[in-house]
Amino acid sequence: MRGAALPALTWLPPQASTVAAEVDRVLYVVLGISAFFLLLVTVLGAIFVWRYRERRQPQPGAAPSGNLPLEIAWTVVPLLLVVWIFWVGFEVFVDMATPPRDAYEILVTGQKWTWLFTYPNGYVDQNLHVPADRTVRLVMSSEDVIHSFFVPDFRVKQDVIPGRYTKLWFVAPQPGEHQVFCAEYCGTSHSDMLAKVVVHRPEDFDAWLREASDFLNRMGPAEAGALLFRTRGCAQCHSVDGTPGTGPSLAGIFGHAQRLADGTTVVADEDYLRESLLEPTAKVVAGYEPVMPTYRGRLNDREITALVEYLKTLGGSR
Amino acid sequence: MSGPAGVVRPAEVARPQRHYLNETPGLRAWLFTLDHKRIGVLYLVSLVVSFALGGVFAILLRTELWTPGPTIMSADAYNQAFTLHGAIMIFLFIIPGIPAALGNFALPLMIGARDVAFPRLNLASWWLYVLGASLAVGAIVLGGVDTGWTFYTPYSISTGTQVVLITLGAFILGFSSIFTGLNFLVTVHKLRAPGMGFFDLPLFVWALYATGLIQILATPVLGITLLLLIAERTLGIGIFDPALGGDPVLFQHFFWFYSHPAVYIMILPAMGVESELISTFSRKHIFGYKFVAFSSVAIALFGFLVWGHHMFVAGQSALASTIFSALTFSVGIPSAIKVFNWLATMYRGSIRLRTPMLYGLSFLFLFTIGGLTGLFLGALAADVHLHDTYFVVAHFHYTMMGGVVMAFLGGLHYWWPKMFGRMYDERMGRGAWLLLFLGFNLTFFTQFILGSLGMPRRYYNYLEVFRPYHRASTVGAYLMAAAFVWIAFYLLQALWRGREAPANPWGAGSFEWQTSSPPPVDNFRDLPEVRDPYDLTAWVYDDAAGGYVRREART
Repeated sequence: MRGAALPALTWLPPQASTVAAEVDRVLYVVLGISAFFLLLVTVLGAIFVWRYRERRQPQPGAAPSGNLPLEIAWTVVPLLLVVWIFWVGFEVFVDMATPPRDAYEILVTGQKWTWLFTYPNGYVDQNLHVPADRTVRLVMSSEDVIHSFFVPDFRVKQDVIPGRYTKLWFVAPQPGEHQVFCAEYCGTSHSDMLAKVVVHRPEDFDAWLREASDFLNRMGPAEAGALLFRTRGCAQCHSVDGTPGTGPSLAGIFGHAQRLADGTTVVADEDYLRESLLEPTAKVVAGYEPVMPTYRGRLNDREITALVEYLKTLGGSR
Repeated sequence: MSGPAGVVRPAEVARPQRHYLNETPGLRAWLFTLDHKRIGVLYLVSLVVSFALGGVFAILLRTELWTPGPTIMSADAYNQAFTLHGAIMIFLFIIPGIPAALGNFALPLMIGARDVAFPRLNLASWWLYVLGASLAVGAIVLGGVDTGWTFYTPYSISTGTQVVLITLGAFILGFSSIFTGLNFLVTVHKLRAPGMGFFDLPLFVWALYATGLIQILATPVLGITLLLLIAERTLGIGIFDPALGGDPVLFQHFFWFYSHPAVYIMILPAMGVESELISTFSRKHIFGYKFVAFSSVAIALFGFLVWGHHMFVAGQSALASTIFSALTFSVGIPSAIKVFNWLATMYRGSIRLRTPMLYGLSFLFLFTIGGLTGLFLGALAADVHLHDTYFVVAHFHYTMMGGVVMAFLGGLHYWWPKMFGRMYDERMGRGAWLLLFLGFNLTFFTQFILGSLGMPRRYYNYLEVFRPYHRASTVGAYLMAAAFVWIAFYLLQALWRGREAPANPWGAGSFEWQTSSPPPVDNFRDLPEVRDPYDLTAWVYDDAAGGYVRREART
């Protein structure tokens, strides 16, 4: 890795992206300048307090109460240094703001309190899997409040905002696992809004994506349904613990009668649940607005079956 | 008045029977007083109560962070604790802080005025403070607030907590701040002693003047922003809410347009106090008076141009971030000028390590760390990593607590004998200072490490690797709490048991030390002669007076 040239400063996280060493270079420049000035102020202060302490020097000595060349010196020297700091910070920032071409694009959704990563083939995962040594570009948006996508090992961070897209890119040269944090306060479980970046060897990534996307074959239908429920936005409006949200809670729904907005009643069997996914506004439960979007074309038959199987497993009184 | 030995002992040096504290007794006389000194004391008491409340929340949240996951409270309770700690400390303590308590007391005395220009407005300012504080406390009692003190949208629009009540409180507190700033500006312009020019003013007055400029120019923007937030929550006007076509980042621009200049409302008066302390206790003329004075004004003006540095990764354009980064560094220069001038003031002095000076020296050290770590956050690429981590938390506590609170305590110990006519126990003062200084660094230096490791702020739960740093930080917070209790104890003890204070216990040269301790209601019997407030050579210690007296001419 590029950062290996500076092994002594080990308290920083590992440099796991190509920009990490560049960012650390900025940190070291500022650290060097800061350490120098802190030392200067502290040592001078300590010397003065010691040499000119009351017992040693009961009366102040003769000294001027101003000196123009000195004032100019300690205005101009810090000015030049901060211009330098600005410049190194700016240079690296421009690199970070300019993604290389031909990036592998992954859509990121922040929502209270999970991250969802959508791959080009439509597969959605709760962790970010990427190929090593390839530019990855994240196009990010939020479903609710502002979140912030932060990977300390990569030295990247970008707020994720509802109603617009923000972007971020990185190249992770080596396979490995890295922590994702949400860095913008977003409510109750803000500190549990975590995920992993899993960097695969380039030759293994496609195989991983193929297998992961094939979860309907790997998992039982109810288990696959639970995954879909979390990753396709259902949990945004429907709780599974009885709490009403934008939509009715789905706790213990299967086999129970539902009172509808038009006054009739319907038993929630497989067909009703399927219809509610494909024609959500056809039979709306009383007390709720007909605001659910249709999932026709967004879920295939096997996925619908998996979701229905999952809903059957939800116990709880209503 | 000059005696044969050339020693002047003006009549007011003798402690008067009647002074501003006992002239008109009774609660009513205090609560509706127009005397700037009494209003300063009223503010001091209210600020200490607020500080204690904010401190309780600090101790609660540091205790919660003793272990990852639940320790003593739920995640929601923790989110309220850090919100209330921040909101109370910022809006109820540190913004009014030095100007309202120490400034109100000292400013008219320092310029030889009978009172501030608008005494009724001054009283109104305190009453508005009480009203705003009551609304904030009401918000806590009625269920609390969990938005963080920054009230970022859209979270603050959607949360079910008492956002409207506490922002209404902050809105009212804003007027309290505007009244104080306006009052000080007019007072400095119109009520200086005859013959006292701007360059005869003590630097604390310059600092309060620059603060007043920010208070009246920036605070209205906070008022507008908070009203818009209230309108968004109650009427759904769609200016910040993305669901209604609004822009949540616009709120951040509005908020920081006030709240960044506001950090200079906090730090400038502290720098003013620092100038008084360093000069007085080094027995030296302040070095580079005009540079220190104008750097205050420069900070006040540059401070308006840098708010976007809070938003480098918030979705503003890279161009905007670049411009704000460049402008941000401009604020560093006047701060550096001040630090070097204070150091130069100490050169060849006769340095007395009394309690106020210990706070002055710790300000110099801690504020330097606070300022230098600001360079990391101003540098674009470095900020991307450090933004919204504990590094930021440590940085602003070094400036706000290591800077402002240390200067507040230094100023409090400096003017305490003048305010109450009693000396506190010097040994206890030094002991509590040492405990506070050690506790402070243990608490917040560890947070620089936490932040550079990537520990985000406002986290209830944390990864196991962060535990030792959090533990050290919590232990430091307990040490600081003990130090504050100790300080409160000996300062209160001084009111009953302290020895009577002389008119000028420290040998300072500004006007307030040339009237009795405590001063009479109308401040001065005879107005002192206007001289250079930093020419300390004529002030010599006099055993009979127990303090410093002025030797007119050496014979």
